[in-house]
Amino acid sequence: MGRNTELAELAESIFGDTYDRDATGLDRAAWKACEESGLTALTAPDTGGTLDDAGVLLEAAGAWAARVPLAETDLLAGWLARAAGVEVPAGPLAAVALGPGVAAGSPGGTLTTAGTAVSGTLTRVPWGRSLAAVVVVEEGGPDGERVLVLDAATATVTEAANVAEEPRDDLTFAGATPLATGTAPAGAAAELGLRAALARSLLLAGAARGALARSIGYAGERVQFGRPIGKFQAVQQMLAEAGSEVAAAAAASAAAARTAQGAGFAAAETAFAVAAAKARCGEAATAVARIAHQVHGAIGFTREHDLRLVTTRLWAWRDEDGNDAHWNDRVGAAALDAGPDGLWPLVTGRP
Amino acid sequence: MMTTVAGASTTLTGLPELVPEPVELPGHLAALRAEVRAFLDAERASGAWTPRADVWLSGWDEGFSRRLAERGWLGMTIPVEYGGHGRGALERYVVTEELLAAGAPVAAHWVADRQIGPSLLRHGTEEQRRAFLPGIARGEVYFGIGMSEPDSGSDLASVRTRAERVDGGWELSGTKVWTSGAHHAHAFFALVRTAPKDDAHRHAGLSQFLVELDRPGVEIRPIPLLTGAHHFNEVRFDRVFIPDERVFGELGNGWAQVTGELAFERSGPERFLSTYPLLAALVGELRATGSGGVDAGTRRRIGSLVSRVWTLRTMSLAVAGALESGQAPELAAALVKDLGTRYENEIVDAARLLVEIPPDPGAEGGFARLLADAVLHAPGFTLRGGTNEVLRGIVARGMGLR
Repeated sequence: MGRNTELAELAESIFGDTYDRDATGLDRAAWKACEESGLTALTAPDTGGTLDDAGVLLEAAGAWAARVPLAETDLLAGWLARAAGVEVPAGPLAAVALGPGVAAGSPGGTLTTAGTAVSGTLTRVPWGRSLAAVVVVEEGGPDGERVLVLDAATATVTEAANVAEEPRDDLTFAGATPLATGTAPAGAAAELGLRAALARSLLLAGAARGALARSIGYAGERVQFGRPIGKFQAVQQMLAEAGSEVAAAAAASAAAARTAQGAGFAAAETAFAVAAAKARCGEAATAVARIAHQVHGAIGFTREHDLRLVTTRLWAWRDEDGNDAHWNDRVGAAALDAGPDGLWPLVTGRP
Repeated sequence: MMTTVAGASTTLTGLPELVPEPVELPGHLAALRAEVRAFLDAERASGAWTPRADVWLSGWDEGFSRRLAERGWLGMTIPVEYGGHGRGALERYVVTEELLAAGAPVAAHWVADRQIGPSLLRHGTEEQRRAFLPGIARGEVYFGIGMSEPDSGSDLASVRTRAERVDGGWELSGTKVWTSGAHHAHAFFALVRTAPKDDAHRHAGLSQFLVELDRPGVEIRPIPLLTGAHHFNEVRFDRVFIPDERVFGELGNGWAQVTGELAFERSGPERFLSTYPLLAALVGELRATGSGGVDAGTRRRIGSLVSRVWTLRTMSLAVAGALESGQAPELAAALVKDLGTRYENEIVDAARLLVEIPPDPGAEGGFARLLADAVLHAPGFTLRGGTNEVLRGIVARGMGLR
């Protein structure tokens, strides 16, 4: 089962055609093209895409700094609604988990319910101002977790953004009636956290590739001391190091997607693989953004140049859905729990 | 300075594949892995050896190599007709990574099993295969590497050892260095000049010879490591006669052959697992401090080391999968080795900072001994098999920069 190159080409052509380095906020043209191609519901049962396919799509979205909530709509909110047995609303969606187990850098907030009326504020909701609906799950007991689908149009929006200028808005509800309510199996909120971290890893791997490709292109064009700066060994060594980091991010995020696809999110090996991948991609993001800017010199540090589209995403995304410290803590705890003899089996997984 | 959409498209899609497709190990390998683990548990329980760092350089134990061979775990990818086991590269990968993680003494057979077997199958004559492959698979025939010279390290094409045509064969004169285990090994492949150097075609005129190290005129002298330990050697040829049937591969094709050998040499699990036994011991020491004794910062540092080794293994397996399907992913192999050998040093740095146990080269085993060996062997990690600077040059060229 090789990489889905047809899907990769489709995604790259959509994101390439709609690429606009001066725009912010939801890219409605790209969204429409994705919707028409089935990419906004790629892993829904009737589309039948795998997590490997989702990986190909999100990697491309990251490389092109695409302004569309594909992961949020399909992998997160769409999945959560289906898990709770409620209809998936049309349009851009986001998912929010409420409870103490949610990683820092994820959307959150508090909601109270009186009868059927829901009040409270959801914080840092991705693309909040442009959403059709938000699917919320409350961490709960062994019998299941309550899921609410809230109409985003009933919320008061307080606009905010991450360091990449991507909308991360607060949505305040005052006595809103949910579009639907349901119950997801126990562990749904935890799975949502893993899904979000996996999606973020894939986006990071793509943005890292985007930064490397732009840097290699620039090093071949920019002439100093009579030759392209890419001919200098000092620059080559830096870019080779960035290449290693991009390769590591790609390998880690793809392996986590494959593990989740094969073993399911409830498996301990998936929790380990996703944690390791998000941590490793976060570390790669730091190194690649640093090198990309060093290679680009002052121009890459300006509004005029589009390197910022990917490097600001590397900086934003490494800290969203749990940063390196959060996920390395999980991996470290698993390693210490496994002990000196159990560590290697933990690293190798099955078989 | 405006970047157009078309420009972005060209640069974004022009990047080569850095690492091949990820590989999933087939389910049936679980049984093989379990078998190897049970064997290693029994070996350790019997006190046959103590886990060490950098075992593939320093753990020379011919008895252990033969015990592996008895179980069919040497020469795994050599066809049955040559005394091997006709198994796949991924099966061999499972066995070797288990041996390295356990810190088992694999040095005696390492070079022969890793690169000489595959090279003999690719370039060797029928007579050469029959002469050497069965012994390699039995764990009885050991090889060194005859590439570097006193004046030729990273710049391998500058080798000066030369072969002169004589009746019935060739006469070798020159010096090879850094040949690990030459004082125990039976033979090596020597990269030598068979035609005068041509500065316009630096890689032309090089050939490989299969040199049995007991031939008259071969002199082997130790080059002690900074610890005093004897692993490296200088191998001198004083008009050593090599018969025609010991020319290896094609005359003049030495550079291509050596480069092919390096793809096997560069991407294996030994390029990030040399200090893994120290990481495992570090986890053991931290656990011994009791629950609550491990603070968040330490946990995260351990987590980072484990996330990194998991990622490196994924990458190295992807290269192994590509090698199995007949590709020679030179860029990926160089990149994994650069990342992996730097990682081996990161374990040493973390081990020093996370627990207060000084290195002790005289200890029988355990953390203090593993740390001492790792500290003292660390300079070699980023030198052997191509320095990291040379490797990054290969990566840069692969990415279109040179």
